[in-house]
Amino acid sequence: MCAARVYAPGRAHPSKHQAMLPKARLLSSLRLRARRAGLGGWVYVVPALAVYGWLVLGSLGTALQYSLYHWDGVGESEWAGFDNYIEVFRNDELLGAILHSFVLIGFYCVIPVSCGLVMAAVIHGGRQRSLGTWARTILFVPQLIPLVASGIAWKWMFATTGPVNQFLRAVGLGSITRAWLADYDLALPAVGLIGVWCLLGFCTLLLLTCMTRIDPTLYEAARIDGAGPVREFFAVTLPGLRNQIAVCVTVTIILSMASFDIVFVATGGGPGTQTMVPGVQIYRRAFTYHEVGLASAYGIVLMALVLLLILPIQRLSRTGGR
Amino acid sequence: MITNRREMLAGRLIVLVAIAYTLVPLLSMFLAALHPQGTAPRGFEWPADPQWGNFRDAFNSANMAALLKSSLIIEAAVVPVSVLIATMAGFALGQLRVAGHKVIFVVMLLGLTMPFEVVITPLYYRMRDLGLLDTRWAIILPLIALFMSFGVFWMRAHFLNLPDEFSEAALVDGASTWQTFRYVHLPLARPAMATLAILYFVWTWNQFILALVMVNDPERRTMAGALGYFQSQWGIDVVLLSAGSLVILTPTLIVFLIFQRQFVAALLQGAIKG
Repeated sequence: MCAARVYAPGRAHPSKHQAMLPKARLLSSLRLRARRAGLGGWVYVVPALAVYGWLVLGSLGTALQYSLYHWDGVGESEWAGFDNYIEVFRNDELLGAILHSFVLIGFYCVIPVSCGLVMAAVIHGGRQRSLGTWARTILFVPQLIPLVASGIAWKWMFATTGPVNQFLRAVGLGSITRAWLADYDLALPAVGLIGVWCLLGFCTLLLLTCMTRIDPTLYEAARIDGAGPVREFFAVTLPGLRNQIAVCVTVTIILSMASFDIVFVATGGGPGTQTMVPGVQIYRRAFTYHEVGLASAYGIVLMALVLLLILPIQRLSRTGGR
Repeated sequence: MITNRREMLAGRLIVLVAIAYTLVPLLSMFLAALHPQGTAPRGFEWPADPQWGNFRDAFNSANMAALLKSSLIIEAAVVPVSVLIATMAGFALGQLRVAGHKVIFVVMLLGLTMPFEVVITPLYYRMRDLGLLDTRWAIILPLIALFMSFGVFWMRAHFLNLPDEFSEAALVDGASTWQTFRYVHLPLARPAMATLAILYFVWTWNQFILALVMVNDPERRTMAGALGYFQSQWGIDVVLLSAGSLVILTPTLIVFLIFQRQFVAALLQGAIKG
């Protein structure tokens, strides 16, 4: 699913209550601290840590280990050193998939976040209550649909006899109709548009929710100072949403690097390898070609890339924010 | 707020275009599903003779009743356990602040940024070694683990925002840690837990790659996983595939329309909180 894994930066909430604690409560608060220092509380973390450590951290460790071996999943494994990692950076197909995922960032992240901002501003600024309510409900629907179903719906949209071509013919653009998902140059942007469809509503609604929390007097002040809707957007809305934009960007970047369902269903990576993405590549390498070591090394590289892209955004939003 | 006429029109137009963009693929899938089976629909058009029976045929030939049951079994195993474990951990990290809580939290955060695909291979071999492949356990156990990062993150945020006074009051009354958790914090955490449960429910229902890798039999998969199977079976028959997809996504849509407010709030807070 689209927001299957939502990420938000861990901003610590400084507890005001602690600072304002009345003196009479000091004693019990000290006892609370004493209890906190103890190890008894660990009982409550153990189940979570156990299952997470066993299947997530443990699997991550195993992936690191696999990545250093040649293994077909059945027979004997053979020490490979860094061969698999070297192969990741030498193999055109593997590198190409990573490049495609960077292109997809443009579609999964840049378009939904920027269009989402504009649309949220429109819905928030306008007095169209009923339209706003409708928009909220409808735009959210793609979030609930399995990505597999979205892929199926769009595969039909983009088919030779599908609605997209029908529309193009109707407006006199019959010359550019084609089987979009089978087109060598346009398949990847077409897949990107499916991603836009999935994420536009999510970004719009998230930003809209946070926009309603911006102090309305700021907008009034901007209007009195003679700011038009555009100036107002850049002077009031954008700075107020800094942290939420960072959240949107982070979530959508992770989703574009980890995309699997849509591509697997809509194109399977084709035509050729024109829409191949890392997720599908890992699946193929591990379960079709039985190159477990290479698939694992590729996964580790993918994870490193995600972290490399995301950590600077976290830093930016935190120093810029409150 | 002062808004002039031209702005209002332009704004309305943008929103309308976005609504159309969202609806057209779903509507066209619906129209395609009404065409006679085995024919190729031509674009966005109302069929001459709508075949409502297609939905029934898709339901039957996909053995949808068994699929629903399978998905519900997986949900019933994943959601309550994950929510409970995450709540306990969130309590320990956010309220008790056990020794090392910062380190644990950072380690947990790692899972939030990790694409599923990175661990899918080791998970497969782990489940194979346990003899769990092709059983629902091979979906249930990894899902609980993969959901844990977000759940702990979410519940910790809830417990951090709670004033200390609740725990202090319970302490003064002589309650043990367990009693404080059970009778003070668990009831207070109910809204946060409900939201988490909604999120877990949708994510489990729509989970695809785990189902695809771990289980071959579509009748032991999640709904999205089963749909993936039909796509490979009925790939060419646009009509039946569309009807099947619609049948599969209807339950979540109905639940959504009923609990719309909670749903939107849940999925959005999921990103805002923290």
